[in-house]
Amino acid sequence: MKWARWALLAVALAAFPWIAGEYYINLTSQIFIAATFAASLNLLVGYGGLPSLGHASWLGLAAYLSAWMSLKLGLGHALTAPAALLGTTLVACAFGWISLRATGLGFLMITLALSQVLWGTAYRWVSVTDGDNGLRGLTRPAPFGISLDGATSFYYFALAVTVVAITLMAMFVASPFGAALRGTRDQPRRMSALGHDVWTVRWITFVYSAFWGAVSGLLFVYYNKYIHPASLSITSSAEALLGVIAGGSGTLAGPIVGAAIIMLLKNYVSAYIERWNMLMGFVFVLIVIFMPEGVVPGVRRLYLRLRKWRTG
Amino acid sequence: MSSALELGDLRKSFGGLPAMNGVSLRVEAGERRLIIGPNGAGKTTLFNLITGDLERDSGSIRLFGHEVSRLKPHQRAHRGLARTYQIITLFPKDSLQHNIVLSLLGLRRMRWGTFKALARYTEVEEEAREVLKRVGLEHLSRRPIAEVAYGEKRRLEIAMALAQKPKLLLLDEPLAGLSREERAAMKDLIGRIPREVTVVMIEHDMDTALDLAERITVLHYGSVIVEGTRAEIIADPKTREVYLGD
Repeated sequence: MKWARWALLAVALAAFPWIAGEYYINLTSQIFIAATFAASLNLLVGYGGLPSLGHASWLGLAAYLSAWMSLKLGLGHALTAPAALLGTTLVACAFGWISLRATGLGFLMITLALSQVLWGTAYRWVSVTDGDNGLRGLTRPAPFGISLDGATSFYYFALAVTVVAITLMAMFVASPFGAALRGTRDQPRRMSALGHDVWTVRWITFVYSAFWGAVSGLLFVYYNKYIHPASLSITSSAEALLGVIAGGSGTLAGPIVGAAIIMLLKNYVSAYIERWNMLMGFVFVLIVIFMPEGVVPGVRRLYLRLRKWRTG
Repeated sequence: MSSALELGDLRKSFGGLPAMNGVSLRVEAGERRLIIGPNGAGKTTLFNLITGDLERDSGSIRLFGHEVSRLKPHQRAHRGLARTYQIITLFPKDSLQHNIVLSLLGLRRMRWGTFKALARYTEVEEEAREVLKRVGLEHLSRRPIAEVAYGEKRRLEIAMALAQKPKLLLLDEPLAGLSREERAAMKDLIGRIPREVTVVMIEHDMDTALDLAERITVLHYGSVIVEGTRAEIIADPKTREVYLGD
């Protein structure tokens, strides 16, 4: 039964470009990117209990590194992709070391401050980043000689990367390490008394979460062929955090649903309503009132209640 | 052979207020030691200093001959130290069995594993059920903590610590809030802890606790006032002074 549902989902996702128009194919690709990004943040927020307002650092940094290396150094994608991931992960090692001097609100503020440093640098270091103009004229990679310039081919590429990313994150959460991570969220003192190295568990999670954030950053820059400092801004971090919380933090499907809601509001609704930001705020207020735990756990709760009510 | 626990002139103040005033104390391997004292005497602070939850200002803490005062709490756990909490400190959303699994993971290398699912380490789940059986909670292994009774949580507190197979076990008021029947059962459980484990216990319920302990330390304002056997403690006028304020 369970695998039948998965198979159905796989068929639906694979068949989607055959039935949908280019606009919707592109929109779905963007949802994949946002979902990977939100899912990576969820490792920290949902499973580690560490709310970060600086997660855009990883998306933006990987995107900028990849763009800068190909534009200014003239390197190919086979080199820039792993180098951007490595560079971003190394910066995350340092940022994590600094941020994890605190937890809770302190952690939130440090992550915010550090990401603002990167955002400011992207704006001001014009010789490297082209400042407010952003880095333009980028290309998409062509893995195994397959061009990703078409909407459909990019869709399958983004889908494949997202499936791999989410599967590996799901395995991470289900592992003994993931259990220890949730333990450090719920009862850090008890965890250290039991022999768990709470700080190191959090730091590894920080770096791992940044790595997948960087992967989504590569997808992002490949899709847009352009990167602007706005991607490093607090708005970008906050959007991902909202997605995680709205969808349901600490659940696997939550951030995916949350990211999809934001992307749909942002791209689809904004075409009809100019004040789409207001509508987004309104939607979040509704979610918080009716499903404070997030859409995914909330719908599950309502479904169970409905079934109970039906069976008497 | 070195003592299980040896404290030398241990001091700690909170913002200039001394909480631990140069405590020196020796607990031999296999001993059952009871620590008593009025509220605010510094009993739980003493435990927090031994485990490393609090950093000492000065003095030494030796576990089985090794100086541990510079080690982090988890490193001390790896040296055979385990504790329970006066205020129940469990993982409320998880099942009893998962609580024990987290305890078992703490000292194993597999806690760093990130690929194989925890559910596939069947030997750990098996061992967790074994631990629960020993404390008579096996029938509740799948229940979340939030759904079990207070007395059962108290037992689980001890089961978590016992699962670590400690050499030195610190029990912080294991009888607090229990009914008379539950106290008897808990006393029995503590009495059955094997002699390889050294036990240091804080407890207010003298009737039960005095039976379990061989030696008793009376703590008052962060200092050791009296130390000795049950008879010595009762005979000492200083004990009465501390408790009755004569």
